[in-house]
Amino acid sequence: MNKARWIGLALLAAAPLAGMGDYPLHLIILCLLWAFVYTGWAVMGRLGMVSLGHGAFLGVGAYVVVMGWNHFHISPWLGLPLALAATAALAFLIGYPCFRFKIVGHYFALVTLALSEVVRLIIIALRDYTGGSLGVTPKTALAKASWSLSAMQFSSKLVWFYVILMVWLAGLWIWTRVDRSMSRLALEAISQEEDAAASIGMSVTRLKLGVTMVSALMTCVGGVLYAQYQLYVNPESVSGIGISLQMVFGAIAGGMFVRLGPTVGAVFTLLLAEGLRLTIGHDIHGLDATIYGLMLVLFIIFMPKGILGAAIEAYEKRRRAPRVAPA
Amino acid sequence: MQIFDSFLLEAVINGILLGGILALLALGLNLIFGVIDVVWICYAELIMIGMYSVYYAHNVYHWPLALAFLACVLLVAALGALLHVLVIRPVLGAEPINQLLVTGGVLFFLQAVATLAFGVEFKNVGVSLPALQIAGMYISFARLIAFGVALGGMVALYLFLKRTYIGTAIRAISQDRGIMPLMGVSPNRIFVLTSAIGGALAGLAACLLVLQYDIHPAIGLSFGPITFMVCVLGGLGNMVGGFIAAFIFAQFISVGGYFLALEWGYVLAFLFFIGMMFWRPQGILGGK
Repeated sequence: MNKARWIGLALLAAAPLAGMGDYPLHLIILCLLWAFVYTGWAVMGRLGMVSLGHGAFLGVGAYVVVMGWNHFHISPWLGLPLALAATAALAFLIGYPCFRFKIVGHYFALVTLALSEVVRLIIIALRDYTGGSLGVTPKTALAKASWSLSAMQFSSKLVWFYVILMVWLAGLWIWTRVDRSMSRLALEAISQEEDAAASIGMSVTRLKLGVTMVSALMTCVGGVLYAQYQLYVNPESVSGIGISLQMVFGAIAGGMFVRLGPTVGAVFTLLLAEGLRLTIGHDIHGLDATIYGLMLVLFIIFMPKGILGAAIEAYEKRRRAPRVAPA
Repeated sequence: MQIFDSFLLEAVINGILLGGILALLALGLNLIFGVIDVVWICYAELIMIGMYSVYYAHNVYHWPLALAFLACVLLVAALGALLHVLVIRPVLGAEPINQLLVTGGVLFFLQAVATLAFGVEFKNVGVSLPALQIAGMYISFARLIAFGVALGGMVALYLFLKRTYIGTAIRAISQDRGIMPLMGVSPNRIFVLTSAIGGALAGLAACLLVLQYDIHPAIGLSFGPITFMVCVLGGLGNMVGGFIAAFIFAQFISVGGYFLALEWGYVLAFLFFIGMMFWRPQGILGGK
């Protein structure tokens, strides 16, 4: 198993060297980037904290860095810690009272939804600086050179591939760390029965806040990378209800209870969207999104554990089956 | 010193009128949550479909406006019942959050279907109502009608729930979902009926909104989130609370929009909402 994992990783890392076109490479990069973001969401989502507000963190990440670069000439490398600090403050501001006052389930989802709308509306309201709904492009540093380290802009997709591959691996590592920590067990207990967990001395607020911080900061990093890679952001694509729901669906479609689940979800949703776009094309406007929406509904009804979750379950059932004596 | 700035007063009055609409929007959502314990994230998208139905009936097939409105209410009521039977019923036993998310999927689906069927161009039914001029203030007649109808709809729903047998059964289910089947009430039928009523309220809202706004596939996003906030602020499922919360929110949007830009009115309303959640997470009228 372990060997297979390393071989798979090596194949993935070597794939772009085999002379693949720009478009497939672009797709792989986007898959890895969204896989990282969905993994970040699932870190808290699978513990019963279903946030519909992660668009807020993605938006803060993308816009703080781009605004800093465009208006104050702050290098994205300095913008990144600024964005992380802003995200941490925002996550604390929303998380602490929510967990302190036991806002869970529907209420938590709707409060976080409001947060992502606040961020989207603030971005639009500050249109004199952010370009409003039209979006904004980071000032280019690629006029003379093909890359600029200080501006975090690279025209080569290969560079982005390796950067985002590393980030994605780091995301999986964080997932494993959280998974193996005591906090995870404690949080699972809390998500089942919060009062009982508190009664045996678990610090519910602190544990939940910790995981929320990890999740929010990962999403923020995803936002920064998205803006720097695409070199264009608009409020709808990084904040608000649409992208927040997309993250949730991606994680659920793949399976948010297993480590590679969100990654499978990202690959699946992206390939589905691209596949539909390529086969149906833009002539019939909206057909691809119709099928996409329909599949989301079917997924939640018939496969709530997601693709990978269901696959693992089926595999284990088959492996166990021979041991059961036939009736 | 001029305290009663007439423009400010106009903003306040417009806020009250907007509050009527928001209250109507929240009413349907609260009814469904109170009875079935499900939040329809796609509620505003049902309204969007209703608005298109008015447009097509009136402007394309040249039905009289009243008939188009009736068709809209019936159509969205049917959609509401259909939504329950096809989408909500299969997940009633699943994790509560899945019920919320599945309607989120319906949101994407309806938006995409509308894009596919109706295109992305803005559409307008072209019924223009005059603005009333009172003491130097302009009050939109369409908003005044909307306010009146919204209040009328709420009174009608209140009487229905209080005075009829079915209404009593609906209220009973909302109080104890477990015990009512023992009393011979079929929850299933009540759920479908409640969904249809919730849909009809969305249809009614669509008729009122179509007079004021252009129709496009993403219009649901512009008043969907605010409706959820109104419901939560009032206490999910608490109809009176939702009613009060609607007017508070509307004032933030209208007066905030008067002093600053329109988006800032919304930002203030949302920030107020987040703040309130920490002070009274159970809603303004919820018990401790």
